[in-house]
Amino acid sequence: MSSNVITVSVGQTDAKPWVDELHQWLTTVDHKRLGILYILSALLFLVIGGVEALVIRVQLMHSHNNFVSPEVFNRMFTMHGTTMIFFVAMPVLFGFANYLIPLMIGARDMAFPRLNAFSFWLSFLGALLLYFSFLGGSGLYGAGNAPDVGWWSYAPLGARAFSPGHSSDYWTLSLLVSGFGSIGTAINIISTILCLRCPGMKLDRMPLFAWLNLVMAGMVLIAITPLSAAQIMLLIDRYLGGHFFDTQAGGSAVLWMHFFWIFGHPEVYVLIIPCFAFMSEIIPVFSRKPIFGYPVMVAATVCIGFVSMSVWAHHMFTIGMNSYANSFFTLTTMVVGVPTGIKLFNWIGTMWGGRIQFKTPMLFSIGFLFQFLIAGLTGIMMAASPFDWQLSLSYFVVAHFHYVIVGGILFAVFAAFYYWYPKMTGRMLSERLGKWHFWLFLIGFHLTFDVMHVPGILGMPRRIYTYEPGRGWDTLNFIISIGAFIQALAILVFVANLIISYFKGAEAGNDPWDAWTLEWSTSSPPAAYNFATVPRVASRRPLWDLKHPENPDSRYE
Amino acid sequence: MSAVTTSFPKATAAWDLPSRGKVAMAGLIVAESAIFTIFVVAYLFYLGKSITGPTPREVLETPIVYTICLLSSSLTIHLAAKCLERGIGFAFLGLWLLTIALGGLFLYGTAQEWHRLIYEHGLTISTNLFGTTYYSLVGLHAFHVTAGLIMLSVVAIFGFTGRMGMSQAGRVGVLSMYWHFVDAVWVVVFTVVYVLGR
Repeated sequence: MSSNVITVSVGQTDAKPWVDELHQWLTTVDHKRLGILYILSALLFLVIGGVEALVIRVQLMHSHNNFVSPEVFNRMFTMHGTTMIFFVAMPVLFGFANYLIPLMIGARDMAFPRLNAFSFWLSFLGALLLYFSFLGGSGLYGAGNAPDVGWWSYAPLGARAFSPGHSSDYWTLSLLVSGFGSIGTAINIISTILCLRCPGMKLDRMPLFAWLNLVMAGMVLIAITPLSAAQIMLLIDRYLGGHFFDTQAGGSAVLWMHFFWIFGHPEVYVLIIPCFAFMSEIIPVFSRKPIFGYPVMVAATVCIGFVSMSVWAHHMFTIGMNSYANSFFTLTTMVVGVPTGIKLFNWIGTMWGGRIQFKTPMLFSIGFLFQFLIAGLTGIMMAASPFDWQLSLSYFVVAHFHYVIVGGILFAVFAAFYYWYPKMTGRMLSERLGKWHFWLFLIGFHLTFDVMHVPGILGMPRRIYTYEPGRGWDTLNFIISIGAFIQALAILVFVANLIISYFKGAEAGNDPWDAWTLEWSTSSPPAAYNFATVPRVASRRPLWDLKHPENPDSRYE
Repeated sequence: MSAVTTSFPKATAAWDLPSRGKVAMAGLIVAESAIFTIFVVAYLFYLGKSITGPTPREVLETPIVYTICLLSSSLTIHLAAKCLERGIGFAFLGLWLLTIALGGLFLYGTAQEWHRLIYEHGLTISTNLFGTTYYSLVGLHAFHVTAGLIMLSVVAIFGFTGRMGMSQAGRVGVLSMYWHFVDAVWVVVFTVVYVLGR
């Protein structure tokens, strides 16, 4: 038997001059502060990307609308897509990973704190580079400002001839720079998890959160890098007169598509796996049961990691691949649904027979389960290549991937906010505002994205800036836009909740949810060194062992 | 102050975790391999698709001597790291400088080849698809050799100032992992460009 006392100071309360405070935040190498910086920058860009989405929705509200010009519309959807994927989803997930992984595995920081800071500033400055294009994108040519060739930047649209000025250069450099940041963070996450676990924290005792983020980081290493390579090629084409994607010199536009989607599809899993990680921590705590099928969960995640590397060309069924390629990618895409389905059953199995507490994090988690299932089902529909030929590049596809990204990823991220905000700030988020946020967002989400499938089936193509009346799309688009505004309202409630609760929220204490992982054993917010004494663990739920010495988990492992 | 009393049931006897430097370098190598894979795929995909000349068969000459230089530098850096582990500082520094020299010689070879291609055959990165893919792939590798040489030189400077002791063996081990990787990539690039690609 060994025993130790974790004593944690609450932190100095002396008021520091704000310049000092700011300086400390800007030069910090503390994983918790960097995590919060990641999350705050993601929130900033969530609002910016959200405004771009609203511009798109106002323009499409009714036929022949003239709210913005076609050029501005193109910039809006390009910037919306790029922003939301690279500067909202990735940073917010990296932020939570950064903040939580060392706490969960009983470490005092990430393996490379300075690399961590470097990675954050790369990704943040990458985002600024993208947005600087609004000012500097026209360059000497005076043509265009922000990039307007879509977040895929398909060849030859990204070439000099079709994208004059510097808008595409800002886009390319921005993704290249932030991509290097992502690789740095991924290396850091892997090294932290493999090398800094506290004594007793064997791999099969790690919280699923750490496991899933380990898989995510591994995927980042092989999924983000093809994009970086493709961006280098695009830069060579644009600046050195190369011919990689120059069809007139024998280059191939399809090769760009392949390179982009070799990144692009695993990227979806890079984003969703950390959300699975949130679910795997939140659902057990609010069901008052340990996770169902821990080893299967790990195996399914690793399996997704591998299979998702070989599904990318299902984004390209309509470019005219041969039937072998079509069949192969149809098959692999359907196969990747199997481990994903296993996970859904595991979460439901965790809830089954549990004493479920419907707190806000759990509400968002249940929303996630339901919506992610539907998103997966439309995904399986489009995995069938003949079906995809019919609906590719229509609003059905837009509805499908927003179901994944908003209905899945964003709901999971909201659940994570409500669950871990008390740990990060020491204050609870308001449950009342939380419920308003949840229900408003749920209604807005379903109004927008359930309905959006229909104009897609009716033949409305994506990326059109306006449409003719009398095609049966007007009412539907109007409803979709109303839903978008309800979602925006819900986000305002959320931001208000974040701000109000920071000052007036109830004191959280160390462990407001009666949870089981190590981050709840230290104070809220944790001191700079996390743990006064590095903990030792003997089971998957160290805090359960602590709270129930008469019946610890370690007895059964 | 807030305190949580923790009494965890069992202490684990031995707790060995891998070195974070080695794990991180392995991660970097995986990431870099993916980047190189994409460039190799592009090279192979565009073989023979150039609309105008020159073609690889016409202009490329197999750089056997320089390849031997680079590959043998893997051996010398390995021996250097071993010497450092055993604390033979003099041999370490000698082998380390030899590694730098071999790497430098390889870069000189690349420079000479590029000079020949540009001035004798008029092949630049914008001439045709072969030029684009060839200079990108070989250039990406040469860039990594250059980065490696800079890091090796920093270590050499530390060596001259007498700061490279046995305590640094772990770090030198990590750096030599990178150098081995750069060599291994050359094996692939060499095979693709000079053997299969002609």
